[in-house]
Amino acid sequence: MIEIDRLTKTYGATKAVDSVSMTVEAGTITAIVGTSGSGKTTLLRMVNRLEEPSAGEVRINGTSTLTVKPHILRRRIGYAIQGHGLFPHHTVARNIAAVPELLQWPRDRIRARVDELLDLFSMDPAQFRDRYPSDLSGGQQQRVGVARALASRPDLLLMDEPFGALDPIIRARAQDDLRRIQQKLGSTIMLVTHDMEEAMRLGDKVAVMDAGRLVQYDTPARIITRPATDFVADMVGDVERPLRLLSLIPVSEIVADGPADGAALPAGASLRDALSACLWTGRSAVPVEQDGVQIGHVSLDAIRARVEFHP
Amino acid sequence: MVLSPYRMALSAPGVLFTALGLGALLLPYMTIAANRIVAGDGVMAWQVAAPGATWPAVAVIVTGLLMGLPASMPRLRLGGAVLGIPGLIALLIQGAPALLEGAGEYARVSPGIGFWCLLAVFMLLLADALAGIAPGPLARGGMLAAALAGLAAILWSGALSDLSVLQEFSSRRDAFVSAAWRHLGLAFGSLTAAAVIGFPLGVLCHRRAQLRGATLPVLSFLQTIPSLAMFGLMIPVLAWVGTAIPGAQAIGIAGIGFAPAFLALVLYSLLPVVGNTVAGLAATPVAALEAARGMGMTPRQRLWRVELPLGLPIILTGLRIVLVQNIGLAVIAGLIGGGGFGTFVFQGLNQTATDLILLGALPTVALALTAAIAMDIFVELARVIPDTGHD
Repeated sequence: MIEIDRLTKTYGATKAVDSVSMTVEAGTITAIVGTSGSGKTTLLRMVNRLEEPSAGEVRINGTSTLTVKPHILRRRIGYAIQGHGLFPHHTVARNIAAVPELLQWPRDRIRARVDELLDLFSMDPAQFRDRYPSDLSGGQQQRVGVARALASRPDLLLMDEPFGALDPIIRARAQDDLRRIQQKLGSTIMLVTHDMEEAMRLGDKVAVMDAGRLVQYDTPARIITRPATDFVADMVGDVERPLRLLSLIPVSEIVADGPADGAALPAGASLRDALSACLWTGRSAVPVEQDGVQIGHVSLDAIRARVEFHP
Repeated sequence: MVLSPYRMALSAPGVLFTALGLGALLLPYMTIAANRIVAGDGVMAWQVAAPGATWPAVAVIVTGLLMGLPASMPRLRLGGAVLGIPGLIALLIQGAPALLEGAGEYARVSPGIGFWCLLAVFMLLLADALAGIAPGPLARGGMLAAALAGLAAILWSGALSDLSVLQEFSSRRDAFVSAAWRHLGLAFGSLTAAAVIGFPLGVLCHRRAQLRGATLPVLSFLQTIPSLAMFGLMIPVLAWVGTAIPGAQAIGIAGIGFAPAFLALVLYSLLPVVGNTVAGLAATPVAALEAARGMGMTPRQRLWRVELPLGLPIILTGLRIVLVQNIGLAVIAGLIGGGGFGTFVFQGLNQTATDLILLGALPTVALALTAAIAMDIFVELARVIPDTGHD
């Protein structure tokens, strides 16, 4: 568990981060979203003390981060940044091994860990281990950057706009990969983004920052349905709200008994997928299947009813 | 430009080199003088010895020049240079004894303007052809070693010992050897001292912008002092140190001699060393440095693991500049009693004995050229980022 307690950063007279408190549960992704200058990156960088807090503190599993030297603290916290920051003169394997090397793991253990991570990120170790970052595509470089940040099994992974430099298609894939790997490893992640779509897609919880203050910290669904301020509502976007909400809800939640015509959707699909299928094929309901067996259907009426109750 | 399939495309520099080379063949190739002081009379390349000996060598030289022409065949052009330079030397070897025959006891023969121009042309052709082939660092090292071995073998064999410059050498053999050691001591010693002072200073300047702002302008100013003035300025400074500080004279610190020359060279060396260290360390990509900090590297670990390996080629380039510069500047040490090849240059100037000047100048040029090529090879070997052709 990460507890951020009245964390403040002042530069001269301006407060970049103004008394922010929040608790991040272990094994979850928290997306910090805001416009540029909202203090989101400064907040993140105070967690591993790349910026020293002016006031307040961060506790990881109950222990204040101020009790250890910053560079020792940072070796326990993964850090991935936009533009990956790989060392151009080291191979992929040495890049991933950077923190384990600092922690003086035995050679065999480092090697095994590197291969394990490359496998996890769908990169064949035999093929990629000895390549240099300049040999890789942008998406591969970014994956190696995240693998490096995860190498020492950190208590916490901080990510600062990790997908900012990727094109939309590769970015979507990287987001899916991150979700998959986070669930597999049970990692705790704090991620900064300016993109509300990304925050909704990745965050178990979303923290919205505005002018140094934390204006709302809640689940994506509640951020959409109950925006705390006009600023949050603006960030979500009025027009987008129903669609954003639909994309958060799996069809399994409102599946009803009975058959429907046409191609089936998997139970893990979102209501946004179901709505799209209905509209595109002119159906008023689509069948839902799980493991190849039809378990019922989802109707346009049910979808409408699910999002309509917000006045 | 339209390329005709029936006509070979000509290398533009090759055409220039050939034209210059053929022109240079029409200049006096060697000179013969009654003694070592007076100006000599020029002799054309085909007249330096019997026609049966000169014309084949001239033919080889012309062939070498013509081989430098085709643009698409850098290896052939390289071959032209490799053929031409021995041709030039062969003509000297045949010319020197032939010209001296019956010319009197004090007569001296020297390479003339034509020889030097042709040598320059073939060196340019060599460099231009090598740029087209782009050999790896090890291949370049091998070529350098072969060229030096060839030069050493010719000098050792005595085939050129009739030339005036080598006669000057044979009468000063011991002085030449000690001057060579002194010259190397000045150049490499000042390089080492400058690296020992300049590298830590560069690291500090990299860390502290304020120190950088104060240091680099001072070093730049030092660099602008004309070299003769700098060596002259060292005389009163070190004379004062020698008399004011007890024991200083005992270790050789005095107004003239090795110490002021050494100090002047060190002062000149600091700017390239410090400046390139700062530039090299600053060349690390910002994101890589940020990641290094974020993963928990200490400042020292960042320096040794990230900044230094990535900056090493630029830092070594600074040392290369210093080495080549100091090999040349060390000649001026001869003026203030510092020894080195400059001794012969200034003796030769006083005696108006051109070949004595050359005895100091030619080894200096050869040394600087060798150092430049060798350091370029080191710089390339120090490049830690593989060149993969990706961007």
